[in-house]
Amino acid sequence: MPEIIDILNAIVLFANFVLVPAVSYGAQLALGALGITLVYGILRFSNFAHGDTMAFGTMMVILVTWGFQSLGISFGVLPTALLALPFGIVGAIALTLAFDKTVYKFYRAKKSAPVIFVIVSTGVMFMTNAIVRFIIGPGDQRFMDGTKFIFRPREFKEFTGLSEGLALKSTQVLTLTVALICVAALFYFLQKTRTGKAMRAFSDNKDLALLSGINPDRVVFITWIIVAALATTAGTLYGLDKSFKPFTYFMLLLPMFAAAIVGGIGSPIGAVVGGFVIAFSEVIVTYAYKKFFIYLLPESLEPTGLMQFLSTDYKFAVSFIILVVVLLIRPTGIFKGQSI
Amino acid sequence: MNALLNQKNRAPLAFAVMALLLLGVGMGQSWPFALAILNLCLISAIMSLGVNIQWGYAGLLNLGVMGFTALGGLAAVLVSEAPVLEAWSVGGQGMVVSFILVVITIVLAILVYRNMAASWQRRLTLTGLFIGAYFVINHFYAPAVYAIENVDPATYGFLGGMGMPVIFSWVLGGIMAAGVAWVIGKITLGLRSDYLAIATLGISEIIIAVLKNEDWLARGVKNVAGLDRPVPFELNLQTTPWFIDLVTSLFSGRLSALADAQRTEALQQLVIQSSSIFVKLCYTGLFTVVLVVVLLLSIKALNSPWGRMMRAIRDNEEAANAMGKNVVRQHLQVFVLGSAVVGIAGAMLVTIDGQFTPTAYQPLRFTFLVWLMVIIGGSGNNLGAVFGGFFIWFMWIEAEPLSIAFMDLVTAGMDQASDLRSHLLKSAPHLRLFIMGLVLLLTMRFMPKGIIPERTRLHTI
Repeated sequence: MPEIIDILNAIVLFANFVLVPAVSYGAQLALGALGITLVYGILRFSNFAHGDTMAFGTMMVILVTWGFQSLGISFGVLPTALLALPFGIVGAIALTLAFDKTVYKFYRAKKSAPVIFVIVSTGVMFMTNAIVRFIIGPGDQRFMDGTKFIFRPREFKEFTGLSEGLALKSTQVLTLTVALICVAALFYFLQKTRTGKAMRAFSDNKDLALLSGINPDRVVFITWIIVAALATTAGTLYGLDKSFKPFTYFMLLLPMFAAAIVGGIGSPIGAVVGGFVIAFSEVIVTYAYKKFFIYLLPESLEPTGLMQFLSTDYKFAVSFIILVVVLLIRPTGIFKGQSI
Repeated sequence: MNALLNQKNRAPLAFAVMALLLLGVGMGQSWPFALAILNLCLISAIMSLGVNIQWGYAGLLNLGVMGFTALGGLAAVLVSEAPVLEAWSVGGQGMVVSFILVVITIVLAILVYRNMAASWQRRLTLTGLFIGAYFVINHFYAPAVYAIENVDPATYGFLGGMGMPVIFSWVLGGIMAAGVAWVIGKITLGLRSDYLAIATLGISEIIIAVLKNEDWLARGVKNVAGLDRPVPFELNLQTTPWFIDLVTSLFSGRLSALADAQRTEALQQLVIQSSSIFVKLCYTGLFTVVLVVVLLLSIKALNSPWGRMMRAIRDNEEAANAMGKNVVRQHLQVFVLGSAVVGIAGAMLVTIDGQFTPTAYQPLRFTFLVWLMVIIGGSGNNLGAVFGGFFIWFMWIEAEPLSIAFMDLVTAGMDQASDLRSHLLKSAPHLRLFIMGLVLLLTMRFMPKGIIPERTRLHTI
């Protein structure tokens, strides 16, 4: 029987390497997946340019952050990027609305098949990607400032007397707080306001919504604004937590799609739940449990290997496998999204 | 102008323009460079034909082209590298046992799936089976991988291949891509088109992840270089008597005008230049044969009853279904066929590169660019797809110097030392992605059928 202290150590270890990172990554994915699910629900296509919209918004935030930093403006303990966020959102809104007007609107009027929308969205993806690389370059950018840690592993160890440390980065708390605010605001908007109700009606049954006098152009307009705001916020939080690199943002498309589909595409609550499902699965499956079991098991049973199900390089595979399993067992996702 | 609009004249005209462009590069830049572009144009055209089989014939949105290309590339390594006997002796047994266990697991899973009613018991049994199999297989697999990867890691660290001429990999590449496509198709076809796109995009990323990390297979990110070639090496050619004789006779006029002392040196220069051109021409010949074979088969298939059925399914799935056509099965067939063609092209690509680099596989270059070729060339039209392959590859190569030249022009008036100027010049290569995206959007909008559109067939009774 392991001692209490060992159990506590194991729990702290697990929290430090699995729980805390997965929660913040899940919140970032959830915000991204919300954008995908809204576009799918209202505009009825899978938006492949979403990852690059995120990259574009984040790039704007970074540029404004650098501007603020050079002017000596800071946000105290919080990262300056939060001050720059509204500017980034405005930039991303301008981008999505410009593409909607020049590209998507034409195919909407023609009532093109969803597959055509997917193809043109890859064209938009190319162009956005090029703009981002052209302006900020393809390399890694870090733009985090302010306080890095709420508490460090060493401080935690000294405080509790345990041999395992727990780190809590301020970006992790920030991610969760901002994500909660965004999700709450979005749900309030969709459930309580007139425009939000119009959007839900439009998503449920387009013809009926049109019949009852809902202005489709306005619904589409509002949708792009929300999608751009969510994408920029998600991208900025991800960039603060890790780092910004255009290619990484493009690659985030896959887990975000997986999150949206697992939750039930078209369903906002599903996107949030899906985001956490994907994030937790990725981290749990790729974490090496060796030390965790050393704490819990008697010496004779201690594991010799790393006790890792999959190497970290297969993160994308995890989200994809979940995606396939969900598509096979329950194609509408956890929360009944639109049928496929 | 009327001649331009006439669909019949479009294809010859388009290919004539393409030939002029390549000739222009040959005369303006250099002949080896023009031939290098031409060779990759030929490979691109084959890839584009593969995607056209899926999208143009059947309307399947496969965004996993990169994965099948990489599988073809893997085939080149597995066929042409010599087997690493030491690695086989330390880890071969474990690998074979793991492989047999994987097969047994899959057979068991299929048996369970077929013989139990859909219920939570079945799900539980399957989950249990997979988790159990994971631990059992890992017991044999992990030590074998460890042993293999430690056999002289700087040069080997993998099982090696079959030590056969690399040209056989073009066949194996097609077969491997077809096999994987069959599995993917079984899982994802029958879902909505968007889902096939997302699923294939995901699978291609997984294939690349496997190639990067399973070092025992093809050395992962350590790459396999110096692959076998189906054509002679330049250095060997330069010392081969018949080749030197050939060059001497070809350039006899120019050589005889020179004095004796200069002649040997000039001849040597000519031999070096000609050897590079000769090797490239050999590739051109081989690739052209493959392209022509694939193209003829594609045209024949498209005009056959099978092709008619495919187009019927593409244009109206429900009607075709009502006529008794098994839509899902036909989709699977066409998906496998198209992927096989892409796999062949992937093997050819690694053959001409002479090395296998998993990190080089980027979705923008290997998936979306091929899509661009099909859509701009003319989806549903085989000649269109071939032209798209030529044209877009040419643009992709030439867009870079063009964007740099453009930026030079834009920044000409700026201060030489200004930061903006150096940034603009440094970022110029990214413009080509922008151009590609713009070209795609413009084509979709104003010429949705592509440059050489599919012929609408009007049957008069």
